[in-house]
Amino acid sequence: MGDPIGMVFAPGFFASAPVQTAMVIGGGAAIVSAIIGVFTIIRGQSFAGHALADVSSAGGAASFLLGVSPMLGFLGMAVLAAGAMELLGIRRAQERDLVTGIVLGAGLGLTALLLYFDVTTRSTTGATISVMFGSMFGIPSSLIPPAVLVGGGVIAVVIAIYRPLLLSSLDSTLAEVQGINVRLIGLLHLLMLSLAVTLAAMTIGAILSTALLIGPAAAALRVTSRPGAAIGLAALIGLGSVAGGVLLAYDSYDWTPGHGWPVSFFIVSIISAVYLLAALPGRRARRGAVISGNPETV
Amino acid sequence: MFSSFMINSWIVASIVAVVAGVTGLFVVIRGSTFAAHSLPLGTFPGAAAAALIGIDELWGLIAFSALGVIGISQLSRHQRNDVATALTLVTLLGLGTLFLSLTSEYSQAVYSLLFGEVLGVSSSEIAPVAGLGVAVIGLTLLLFRPLLLTAVSADLGEVRGVRSAGIELIFLAMLGLATAMALPVVGALLVFSLMVGPASAARFLTDRPVRAMGLSAGIALATVWAALALSYATNWPVGFFVGSLAALSYGLGRCWASLRKKM
Amino acid sequence: MRSVNEMLVVDQVSVAFPGRQVLERVSFTLERGAFCGLIGANGSGKTTLLRSILGLQPLSAGAISIDGLPRSRAAGTIGYVPQKIQLDSDIPLRARDLVELGLTGRRLGLPWPSKARARLVDEMLTAVDAQGFADQRVGNLSGGQQQRVLIAHALIRRPKLLLLDEPLANLDIRAVAEIVALLRRVAGGHGITLLVSAHDMNPLLGAMDRIVYLANGRAASGSTDDVVRTEVLSGLYGYHIDVLRVHGRVLVVAAGSANEIPLNVADPSTHIAMVP
Repeated sequence: MGDPIGMVFAPGFFASAPVQTAMVIGGGAAIVSAIIGVFTIIRGQSFAGHALADVSSAGGAASFLLGVSPMLGFLGMAVLAAGAMELLGIRRAQERDLVTGIVLGAGLGLTALLLYFDVTTRSTTGATISVMFGSMFGIPSSLIPPAVLVGGGVIAVVIAIYRPLLLSSLDSTLAEVQGINVRLIGLLHLLMLSLAVTLAAMTIGAILSTALLIGPAAAALRVTSRPGAAIGLAALIGLGSVAGGVLLAYDSYDWTPGHGWPVSFFIVSIISAVYLLAALPGRRARRGAVISGNPETV
Repeated sequence: MFSSFMINSWIVASIVAVVAGVTGLFVVIRGSTFAAHSLPLGTFPGAAAAALIGIDELWGLIAFSALGVIGISQLSRHQRNDVATALTLVTLLGLGTLFLSLTSEYSQAVYSLLFGEVLGVSSSEIAPVAGLGVAVIGLTLLLFRPLLLTAVSADLGEVRGVRSAGIELIFLAMLGLATAMALPVVGALLVFSLMVGPASAARFLTDRPVRAMGLSAGIALATVWAALALSYATNWPVGFFVGSLAALSYGLGRCWASLRKKM
Repeated sequence: MRSVNEMLVVDQVSVAFPGRQVLERVSFTLERGAFCGLIGANGSGKTTLLRSILGLQPLSAGAISIDGLPRSRAAGTIGYVPQKIQLDSDIPLRARDLVELGLTGRRLGLPWPSKARARLVDEMLTAVDAQGFADQRVGNLSGGQQQRVLIAHALIRRPKLLLLDEPLANLDIRAVAEIVALLRRVAGGHGITLLVSAHDMNPLLGAMDRIVYLANGRAASGSTDDVVRTEVLSGLYGYHIDVLRVHGRVLVVAAGSANEIPLNVADPSTHIAMVP
């Protein structure tokens, strides 16, 4: 017991294949979610992002049923829901939250049904936990290439439309005046949100994926008002949380003999702790231009 | 489906429906949809914690929903940021998964806590649920007018001597209790639908506040009964029917409202 | 010795927020039955002053008394028409329900139908000319219609003092004229003292007999002719202001740049209640 490194990194950590897969995909999910999350918060669409994530669970459940890759399931459902949100596009904020919530409820009801089918027709008993809370260590390494592709794609798009995206998120009128196609940007944002949500749902599950989307971004925005810095910081926090969570989950196998504690629990706890740390100094919310953005531009 | 062991389910479900319908009307009027969605998430770990300690599920739920209510009211004072509240509640949810993984019940328990479980309601559970139900409904009826007035304008309420901070806290507490009651039946993820669906339909159907509340409770009852019956018949989960029926009532109410406008 | 005719006495009232002095030693008196306009630009402290009178805003200094009673004990005698209410057209509340809540908003329990109350509500609705839309949803009413309903809501308790926060903002010209006429009827007919805030004094010129002008957190009060003058307003603002009268309308204009030589502020020889 005298080996300090061994105490932090339980033996076999770096060599374990599931851990490596988890780190890559989880880390990628964290970075992508954090980046998109910053824009989502600025646009005031946190609830929509949350709803998208929850609804995507129906896709995850369907994927078990159909025997396809969970990634496809989450992604398909998320894109469908994003499209529906775009179509329904209601003006008044309060009504829109209501409709979002009701569609969310219907979507979750669907998830309930599909998960039930999973258990009865295919005897996949772990489906619920895996869809709702993720199965980080159970991700097959074959998913790394498509995940990297998706993640890389999102980052590339963000880099490409960075300035129009930022401006239209802050204020859609200002953007329109400069000839930016605000509608298109909004659609792209929703699309990228779907992709981010997919990756996050695979790793820590549909309901908790909000934490990965909003948490690091919110924490970063409390610390700085500069968008570029916020994005960088958010990505860092996200990555750190996932890495820390994976590590702790791996180590926890030794704490309660037999089985480890859930990864998603650790990741979410770290994110919340970081957020609280970032939010404590200063009770007044930062009055930076970044936060006072125009709500609901899509 | 009316056999003796199902009777208990019907009774509990009916009480839950009326409570959800009654509080749901004010959730919709006061615009507390966010709290109504997030509270159940924070309440969910209570069931898991209760299972770990070995006490009755209901008390665990009430305890955690109290934590959620305190958390939301404290955080919204300093932060005005739903993001922060949602995060903390998601953390609690994560805690719930931890507790659950420490018990040996795993997937089925998670499933029924998230999506509802109607069977296996013992008669000893009826009394506490009924008691809570009476308390919450009674409180809502008692505070009907102050709740209504402050929903329209906090200032008008203040001028009448109704402290808006106080009313908000009491309302949140009522919401917490309603959540704790409804969670075992419809599941953490669908409590919101049961509260909000019937209520939003009701306010499309009438202009008068008391009638809206009655309608909301009625539609909620109909929803739960239909969901129970359908679930019994098909074996499909209750939550699926609740979510779909809530969306259906909202849609129908909306159509009715636009038809009315054209007449 | 206070005159029995004094309805509202605001005495050296100051209100400070962190970093900002919103009101500075504001003093004025309103007699019973007066129709007073509280005029000032957006952000000049009108709402703060109204809320202070209502007891919703703590004072940093000074005192307010209403009908001889200290502010804390005068709750029943003041009516209030706020600037904004929740206008969601989906709130199931009819105009007549909102008016009734003016009487019963604090009561516990469900509303019991009562003939006496219903009659009172009808009386109020008629007084503000709202019978035509009494059964419509509050959220579906036009701006002018909502103002009437809010006025009825405030009047149903027979207040002695009625405060209105920017009732004319966001109304079209015709609605503005209707509301001003309504207020005159209310004030004249029932002897209610009115304090109406506005950022444009022109619609109120024919109706008000007193004005309290707020600028820079300070106030000047008196009759319109006494207060709305170049010297007085320049003193308030701290730089040269021109008051122009065009076809019976008043225009308050900042002349030139702010670098103009400021006029002497504290002129003790005037009869106007000016605060240095």
